[in-house]
Amino acid sequence: MYAQLVKSEGMKAREEMSPEEIAFQERIDRGEKIEPKEWMPEGYRKTLIRQIGQHAHSEIVGQLPEGNWITRAPTLERKAILLAKVQDEAGHGLYLYSAAETLGVSRDELMELLHAGKMKYSSIFNYPTLTWADIGAVGWLVDGAAIMNQVPLQRTSFGPYSRAMIRICKEESFHQRQGYAIMMKMAQGTPEQKRMAQDALNRFWYPALMMFGPSDKDSVHSAQSMAWKIKINTNDELRQKFVDQTVPQAEYLGLTVPDPDLKWNEDKGGYDFSEPDWSEFFEVIAGNGPCNKDRLGARVRAWEDGAWFREGLMAHAEKQAARRAPVAAE
Amino acid sequence: MSKEWPLWEVFIRGQHGLNHRHVGSLHAPDAEMAIMNARDVYTRRNEGVSIWVVRSSEITASSPSDKGPLFEPSNSKVYRHPTFFDIPEEVGHM
Ligand SMILES: [Fe+2]
Ligand SMILES: [Fe+2]
Repeated sequence: MYAQLVKSEGMKAREEMSPEEIAFQERIDRGEKIEPKEWMPEGYRKTLIRQIGQHAHSEIVGQLPEGNWITRAPTLERKAILLAKVQDEAGHGLYLYSAAETLGVSRDELMELLHAGKMKYSSIFNYPTLTWADIGAVGWLVDGAAIMNQVPLQRTSFGPYSRAMIRICKEESFHQRQGYAIMMKMAQGTPEQKRMAQDALNRFWYPALMMFGPSDKDSVHSAQSMAWKIKINTNDELRQKFVDQTVPQAEYLGLTVPDPDLKWNEDKGGYDFSEPDWSEFFEVIAGNGPCNKDRLGARVRAWEDGAWFREGLMAHAEKQAARRAPVAAE
Repeated sequence: MSKEWPLWEVFIRGQHGLNHRHVGSLHAPDAEMAIMNARDVYTRRNEGVSIWVVRSSEITASSPSDKGPLFEPSNSKVYRHPTFFDIPEEVGHM
């Protein structure tokens, strides 16, 4: 999802656990929250830093494809809405970096790891937003998929992560609805606008399905993360839920989900659907998607170009503080 | 390597006159900027009418390992709760 391939530590059998580890697992099983200063296995801490960091990076990098359209939104109102949505995503990044920081890593360290290509962000943000309809598709599908994943994470075992998720979830439904509202407008518009909406759905459908990460049979890191309750559902469970929720929404728009094999399966009470092309997914994750270089380049540039400003404000703050400090006795 | 802005904890009082409540943290070079940033991040939807910020490094917290000795003494003092006392129904609401 926003954290798609988070490497987790190997799952330990109970016999191999230390007394602390057993007590820790029992607390999680009882549904207790783990707080930053409390004892935790090193693997739990490391996995969480990776996962929360990746999630935070996704929020920040995720501003870029939408930011692309702020200056070209079709009306002033749409522009204000998109601006507010993208601003929320910056906030989401902040909540998550703050949660990661409670585990003993600094935000600057996480930034440096991202910029060095040593940490990932969601594959979805490596696809371009070519038309205004893409902004609709992103809100509807990408934020929709994010919600699917983030709602259960409100119950995650790590207190600061759980609280960040609660704040984020409160803001997400605005994101999805503004996207769907754009899609409705386009789908009910001129034939050309409807074609744009269909084209956006065609291009974003499979990348959105990839957001949930590889199929369960290939997802090697799940068991330990699920025992620790830092992953609540499997990738395939969430993907299925997403498809079941989204197909009727596409039908309402009069758009066609680009999957000839999509059909309702009465027995399982859900849709059968085609898997995305996983080789494409692994290529994008490896840095070879359509926009990887652009996205990371934009982040690095923003960071470097902003350095003088961050340093300037800090220098000013220090000067002011020195001026306020009582003059030492002579 | 440049210096990271210090971390601040943010407390907000909502519309209804309740206590300021911890809502999260952020980085800012000084207190004034911390308030401005807190306004932008934590009150985008009318969540507050007042903001406090305090340097995270200034907060002293109880230690998790003291949880037992610190909080246990109140466990045995059940008479501190109104439900400890049985008041006959005839007396009415109390
Ligand atoms: Fe978000
Ligand atoms: Fe969002």
